[in-house]
Amino acid sequence: MSAVMKSSTAAAPVLSASGLSKRFGAVVAAQDVSIDVAAGERVSLIGGNGAGKTTFVNMVTGYLKPDAGRITLGGQDVTALGPREITRRGVARSFQIPQLCAEMTVLDSVLVAASCGEGALSPWRPARTSARKDAALALLDRFALGGHARRRVSELPGGVRKLLDIAMALTGHPRLLLLDEPTSGVSADEKLPMMDTIMAALAGEPVAVLFVEHDMDVVDRYSDRVIAFWSGKVIADGSPAEALADEQVRRYVTGTAR
Amino acid sequence: MLLTILIDGVTYASWLFIVALGLTLVFGVLKILNIAHGSFYALGAYAAASFVGWGATLQIAPAFSLVAMLLAAVAVAAIMAPLTERGLLRVFYGRDEVLLVLVTYALFLILEDVTKLVWGANPYYVSEPYQLLGNVQVGAQSYVGYDLALVAVAVACGLAVWWGLNRTRSGKIVLAVIHSPEIAASMGVNVSRVYTFAFMLGVFLAALGGALTAPMISVQPGVSVGVIIVSFAVVIIGGLGSIEGAAIGALIVGLARALAVHTFPAVELFSIYVAMAVVLIFRPEGLFQRMQARKI
Amino acid sequence: MRETSVRRTVAAGVATIALLLAVGWMLPRWLQFLATMAFANGVVTLGIVLLMRGGVVSFGQGMVFAVGGYAAALGSNRLGITDALLLVPAGGLIAALVAAPFAPLLARYRGIFFAMLTLALSMVLYGVLVKSSTLGGSDGFNVARPTIAGQAISNAASGFAMYALAVVVTGVLAIACAVYFASVRGLVSLAVRENELRVEYLGGSVRRVMAGNFVAAAFLGGTGGALAALSLGHIEPEFSYWTRSGEFVFAAILAGHHGVIATFVASLLLEIVRSFSNLYFPNTWQLALGVFLLVVIRFLPRGIGSLWLDRRDRDAPAAGAQAEELQSQAPARNGTTLPGGAA
Repeated sequence: MSAVMKSSTAAAPVLSASGLSKRFGAVVAAQDVSIDVAAGERVSLIGGNGAGKTTFVNMVTGYLKPDAGRITLGGQDVTALGPREITRRGVARSFQIPQLCAEMTVLDSVLVAASCGEGALSPWRPARTSARKDAALALLDRFALGGHARRRVSELPGGVRKLLDIAMALTGHPRLLLLDEPTSGVSADEKLPMMDTIMAALAGEPVAVLFVEHDMDVVDRYSDRVIAFWSGKVIADGSPAEALADEQVRRYVTGTAR
Repeated sequence: MLLTILIDGVTYASWLFIVALGLTLVFGVLKILNIAHGSFYALGAYAAASFVGWGATLQIAPAFSLVAMLLAAVAVAAIMAPLTERGLLRVFYGRDEVLLVLVTYALFLILEDVTKLVWGANPYYVSEPYQLLGNVQVGAQSYVGYDLALVAVAVACGLAVWWGLNRTRSGKIVLAVIHSPEIAASMGVNVSRVYTFAFMLGVFLAALGGALTAPMISVQPGVSVGVIIVSFAVVIIGGLGSIEGAAIGALIVGLARALAVHTFPAVELFSIYVAMAVVLIFRPEGLFQRMQARKI
Repeated sequence: MRETSVRRTVAAGVATIALLLAVGWMLPRWLQFLATMAFANGVVTLGIVLLMRGGVVSFGQGMVFAVGGYAAALGSNRLGITDALLLVPAGGLIAALVAAPFAPLLARYRGIFFAMLTLALSMVLYGVLVKSSTLGGSDGFNVARPTIAGQAISNAASGFAMYALAVVVTGVLAIACAVYFASVRGLVSLAVRENELRVEYLGGSVRRVMAGNFVAAAFLGGTGGALAALSLGHIEPEFSYWTRSGEFVFAAILAGHHGVIATFVASLLLEIVRSFSNLYFPNTWQLALGVFLLVVIRFLPRGIGSLWLDRRDRDAPAAGAQAEELQSQAPARNGTTLPGGAA
């Protein structure tokens, strides 16, 4: 079961997106999308291909600028910012196809991730101090990746690469973490153990997690809130039970219309 | 004076265009920026010197020397292209574009010595063909017929390549490969053969440029070095992979050089590379965009 | 993995400098000169290695090499500053200052375009130098022997004096580079080389890293140029010609991008090969170099092949079902522009 940590309703939501719209030519990727996420929530974003989930993620992480609408993080307007500035404000993401450095070791990858989040990059302080390495190894251990520390990324199996991708996103202690299809490309029998590992690693962190998922089993088990997309619009937003029973969701997403 | 500059510039632009056309073609199809292209130019010049020399020794008619130069270019292409493309470049296909540039740089180094080993270090002069077409009187000035013929050849090459690419079936296949080798392959195109053909054409054009300019220069080691850098400037200014770009680029460089030489000699070399830098800074794809500049 | 520490690197460096000075004292004059030039060139090559660690190859390092050389030469001839301990760092500094305005611009370029722009800039300088009669035109001009720390150098002592100068200067810079390569910024540079998008998403400024690298490489190039000019006693526009830049790139490839020491070993090897070949095999040494370069490119993945990833290993980020990246199978793979997202 996922650890549920609800913040007090008085605090500003970690993420507040209102009225987001985005078109690519004739394709409506987002239509008046409004979503608030509180600290510590575990939210899954579901929807078919092209429904708007990843567009939403791209807008929140600064990769795309919405045509209309506002995005605020903890009350601060970040609509116009790029990925680097948004990361500095406590947002991190993982990628559907893990974005890694093939020739680096797992340990170095985490060291780089941690360093990038620190601000100014020192041209003389050693990158591989004991303190930094210990911190990196501790993080890797939370994802059961400690044993891979010295291996080069290009040698890693797919599931390990995905976990590393997520671990790197956590180095900055983000308050909002977006996981883009964390279990995609992973075999069916590996999905749940992998999500267990991820959620366990996230358990201690007061971070709100949004994950894009296609597997309804994963959605049901690991999220306390489900937001369904279709055709650029949010068509459902509620508990997994509510959302998955919703008429439109059943018709357009899960394909189990009565 | 203006006419002199114009003719001077256009003449220079002509052989430069022939060479640049080959360079831009090879880049367009194989995505390889070939430093050794200038070496093929040099080989063409040396081969022409040899062929013309043999023609003279065998006492064939002087007019034959023009044919000899053409044959020289063909010979260079026939020998060097398969050797280079199949024997060397193919080993590195799929690798980073800059790495392939370095491979061609290594080839340039090798060919520098190969020409020295084959032809020696002393210069060759093969100026007889230059006189062959006599002089043309335009107003008060007399211009060498050879230069004007060179312009004609350049135009012919440009038109031939353009027509070949855009109006023939094989040309359309080449265009398909330029656009996407993968899609072309999936439609049954023998992409590998297209690469070989494109490269051979590129080498031929470089060698032709060399062969045709041989009568105007002293053919000696180091000829390639200047040609390489100038032809690079041309294709960058015109746009990598673009035929029109090679033409306009060659004209710009040729005319700028002629202008500088006749009016403000201090500026000659400098101007070409300033143009190259300016284009890279403000419009990196060149004047005729064919590829997306690798820029963030 | 050994615990890296600045102190240990400095200690190792100082020890190496001392060793080289001791060895150099006993070398014949011609070998001292050869080593001096190898060190001067090695510093310039180090600049290229530094840039390669960020994923770009400069074909115009000759520009800063020439700027440093001319700065030192002019300082000596026109301004009467003869102390090498002033001229050499000045060469580096002035080269860095000349490069600095271009750094933010070049920080946005990659691949062939970075190479071509650096090439163009160095050729612009070459064009200017060749035509400037006040600077000696294409022949350049001679540079008087420098003084060191106020002391004039006698003919007899000049061999070792210049050698010692080169050893100390390059030693200091080599230490600095080793520290930099092991530093936070140095490690992030390596990440930028492989996946700059991810670095941006992690909060690192890729442009700042690349611009910083460019200026640092310029400083190294300028210092090497000043050293070379003072050691040769001569400066000429050829310092900025593209073939000279090519030689530095060649050396950097031999060296690989992991080691500072490898850079100087490669430089020394090249200098030896160059000297002997010019004497005994004038018509085949370039051929040998070319073949050697091909062999290195082909068969030394750690040093060389890892400098450039096969881009087919890189998948399109953030796209998934979206932006279809047509992985081109053209012989040369060019880095594509960042993919946009379509829902």
